[in-house]
Amino acid sequence: MEFPLFHLDFLNNRILIAVIAILHVLINHPLAVGGIPLVTLLEWQGSRSGDARWDELAQRIMKTFFLITTTVGALTGVGIWFSTSLVNPVAIGSLIRVFFWAWFTEWLVFVTEVALIMVYFLSWKRSLESPEAKKRHIRWGIILSIASWITMVLIVAILSFMMDPGNWMSQHTLVNGFFNPIYAPQLAFRTTLAMLMAGTVVLSLTGWFCRRDEDLRLKAVSLVSRWSLIWLPLCAIASYWYWQRVPGAMRANLATAVATQAFSNWHEAMLLIMITGLGIVLLLLTAGAMTSPGFRVPRYAAVVPALVLAGCLGSFERVREFIRKPYAIGQYMYSNGIRVQEYPLLQRDGLLAHATYTPVREITSENELQAGQTLFTLTCTRCHTVNGVNSIRVQLNRMYGKQPWEKDKIAQFISTLHTSRSYMPPFPGNARERQALAAYLVSLQTGGQLPGAQSVGIGQLAAPPAYDLNDPDATSDPTQERIP
Amino acid sequence: MSPQTPFPRDIPLPLPAPEPLLIVLLVIAFLAHLLFVNLMLGGSLLTVFYEWRGLRKPAYDELAHEIAKTVTVNKSLAVVLGVAPLLLINVLYTIYFYTANSLTGLAWIMLIPTITLAFVLTYLHKYSWEAMRHHKRLHLGIGICASGLFLLIPFVFLANATLMLFPDRWFSIQGFLSALSVPSVLPRYFHFLLASLGVSGLALVGYFRREQYDFEAHLPGLNRQEILKQGYTLTLGASCLQFLAGPLVMVTLPSHGFSAAMLGSIGLGILAALPALWLIWKELQSPLPGKRFIQIGGLLSLTVLLMVSGRHLYRETALASHKHQMQIRTASYERQVQTAAAEAKAAEAAEASLPLPELGAKTFQQNCAGCHAAQTKLVGPPMTEMVKIYGSKPADFKAWVQSPGKKRPDYPQMPAFPQLSEKQLEGLAVYVLNSKH
Ligand code: HEC
Ligand code: HEC
Repeated sequence: MEFPLFHLDFLNNRILIAVIAILHVLINHPLAVGGIPLVTLLEWQGSRSGDARWDELAQRIMKTFFLITTTVGALTGVGIWFSTSLVNPVAIGSLIRVFFWAWFTEWLVFVTEVALIMVYFLSWKRSLESPEAKKRHIRWGIILSIASWITMVLIVAILSFMMDPGNWMSQHTLVNGFFNPIYAPQLAFRTTLAMLMAGTVVLSLTGWFCRRDEDLRLKAVSLVSRWSLIWLPLCAIASYWYWQRVPGAMRANLATAVATQAFSNWHEAMLLIMITGLGIVLLLLTAGAMTSPGFRVPRYAAVVPALVLAGCLGSFERVREFIRKPYAIGQYMYSNGIRVQEYPLLQRDGLLAHATYTPVREITSENELQAGQTLFTLTCTRCHTVNGVNSIRVQLNRMYGKQPWEKDKIAQFISTLHTSRSYMPPFPGNARERQALAAYLVSLQTGGQLPGAQSVGIGQLAAPPAYDLNDPDATSDPTQERIP
Repeated sequence: MSPQTPFPRDIPLPLPAPEPLLIVLLVIAFLAHLLFVNLMLGGSLLTVFYEWRGLRKPAYDELAHEIAKTVTVNKSLAVVLGVAPLLLINVLYTIYFYTANSLTGLAWIMLIPTITLAFVLTYLHKYSWEAMRHHKRLHLGIGICASGLFLLIPFVFLANATLMLFPDRWFSIQGFLSALSVPSVLPRYFHFLLASLGVSGLALVGYFRREQYDFEAHLPGLNRQEILKQGYTLTLGASCLQFLAGPLVMVTLPSHGFSAAMLGSIGLGILAALPALWLIWKELQSPLPGKRFIQIGGLLSLTVLLMVSGRHLYRETALASHKHQMQIRTASYERQVQTAAAEAKAAEAAEASLPLPELGAKTFQQNCAGCHAAQTKLVGPPMTEMVKIYGSKPADFKAWVQSPGKKRPDYPQMPAFPQLSEKQLEGLAVYVLNSKH
């Protein structure tokens, strides 16, 4: 209500966040959090065995990681901020107020991490000068590994807070937000998965980097498979723990998260796929660990575990985003950016009476469609589009079919949005507004488009303010006289 | 302000620290970020410039390569040091910043792929230096593309930073291009570009004047003094042009943001720059330039600090009245929210004491009437059918409502109602099963 709303009517706003965030996690987890310790291990293996080929391999892998993390990795990290601030400004704005110091500390760690990564990567050449220099260099690798993990420790607190604020609801303090119930399991899950994924990514890379040295490839496949096999069972335990803790109401939503409602049964199929996927990873890693000149895993097969895990992590992130619904911040703010606490007021006076950007305040039969469109923008577009992904027209077509839609039926459905589909927030307006929204939705049966503020601006949303501008302290707000 | 100024409400959560502390942090963090952004942009331009000169005088090619190696480091620092000011702007100017972002949304989000591409090209340019020795023009082309992107990117940041200052313009903006037409955007762009060139010229001097840098070994065929003078010349030229760009920025900014403190800060900044420029001039006359570098760098840093502070003071003054109004509205709205919440709570208590059939009727209207009618099929079967099935089994009826099964193949799934209280369920059973519709 307080911001002009960015809206991509084809892509769906959430997909924008999802693409950027998933890309970021797919880079950050395996290449930074899990990758640095593994590279350090390879370097140490080189120094221990005196075989310089290990060192060279470690350096080449590090260079790949360095280039990817400092371009796509770093920018998608910033991109998460950019996209969430466009899609749900109120939610991210509130989170920053609560978590400012956590994020600020994370930033300090992040600066340290970037500095260390440059020291580690750029001083590699010099570390070859003497065994002492090498030892020091390996020590830098260990410090860097710890720093990358600490960034994860901090960011997971924020992520799990968004799913379940725990005690924060009664006492708005940072510490309460931090130690919320699903923090530890999520951290365990992400840490172990990152280590496991790093193993599978390096496994894929060895096929390329050792293409002229089969002997080294076999040794590397064996070592890296063993590393991954250590993490696999830990990761399985951590995921089970995590699953257990996801609050009950969210768990009920999981089926629709993975596929859409029409494919609710997919949930089980999906689980089956995940388990099969992990089974394949287990098998291939075991084969990898037993690699010897007489028993080799083909180069192409070595890529499979990385792909399977990337798929699993991608789905996990999508599910995690979804199971928060209908909340943006559990129990405090809905995904439409309206606080739970505001509902009684808005349902009494109407949303448009209090909205900052609206073309009308008082709904009449002339401006009903205009009002309806604004209501749709304010309350539905954070999840729905008119023509694109999760299109409202398609949803209504599914519910009411081809015959002309009935305004009253739809208005009635709007009043039970949250009870019929628990992943949607209740409608935050009054009865007249439900009618207007329904009228607008009916008009969509024959077509219609919904541009966002980024292209048409907010000029047409300039109804006279609900407040008297010349008298800021006055109680000239239309709803104000009701206050006893 | 004009009546066409929107007054949104602020987020009703307290700031995470006293405002002055956050502001000091913002100014410092922003300065650090800006320094590396300047070095990145200026360095990228210098790389292209010297590589181009290297086409004729190959010794310059090595110089370009040396500068290219610093650009990738500076770009990484620019990004990570950008996160803190971003965070601080988010928290201090939530409403202004997010509104500006939304209004230029497409350009704003396109920054991410654009900057990524610019970085990838910068790496490509640097790491292909040897491999593309024999395709010099193509290689230079990559560098030009990267610099071109670096030159475009600031437009988006500046459009947003400017838009933040003018709530009275928000209603008239339609996308990024129209935000560019806000008067002070272009002057600010040139102001920024000149600053980048000035800083980079000085950095060039700082980098190559170092005793331990073996100039002759690294850059055979070039003369250290001459390169230092080129750096100084760049800084001097760019700084002199600032005397045009600066006033242009000032006259295009609306006067309601000016204050004595802001003008004082800018004025002192200019005063600090004058002796610096004079010292640079002396360096250019000297056969062994580089001795006065520390003084020059110190004075110009002071200038930048004062300018950035002046900029901040302008923003504070320009937004002061708007911020004040916003606070009043936020407080008033929060009071209404509280009152309405209290009212709703009282109504809920009253409802709980309602007789069962009425409570049932009400609960039905609120939760079931969307799908069930008395006699006709809506989404689910009519009430008459419910009476037939559950007439004598209210417990089974309640169980169904709490977690419905899947019965009729030609109907969709009915949603569950775990949120209904025992009393509401009881009321529903009484209302539905005793109805004689
Ligand atoms: C938190 C995100 C969110 C919000 C906000 C939201 N919806 Fe939904 N809605 C969904 C999801 C997810 C689905 C299910 C999509 C699917 O199954 O494919 C859905 C489905 C629907 C359906 C089809 C329901 C059915 O039973 O098949 C309708 C109609 C609908 N929404 C209308 C609305 C209206 C009107 C609004 C605004 C008042 C709204 N929604 C707000 C997420 C949301
Ligand atoms: C989203 C639409 C929807 C809402 C809301 C809804 N129902 Fe239903 N209801 C259905 C559908 C569809 C069926 C048929 C389900 C089936 O046969 O699988 C049904 C069936 C029933 C039945 C018959 C069960 C049986 O054993 O055949 C009862 C009783 C019932 N609903 C009661 C309620 C009550 C009470 C409420 C409100 C608390 C409610 N319903 C809300 C859609 C809905």
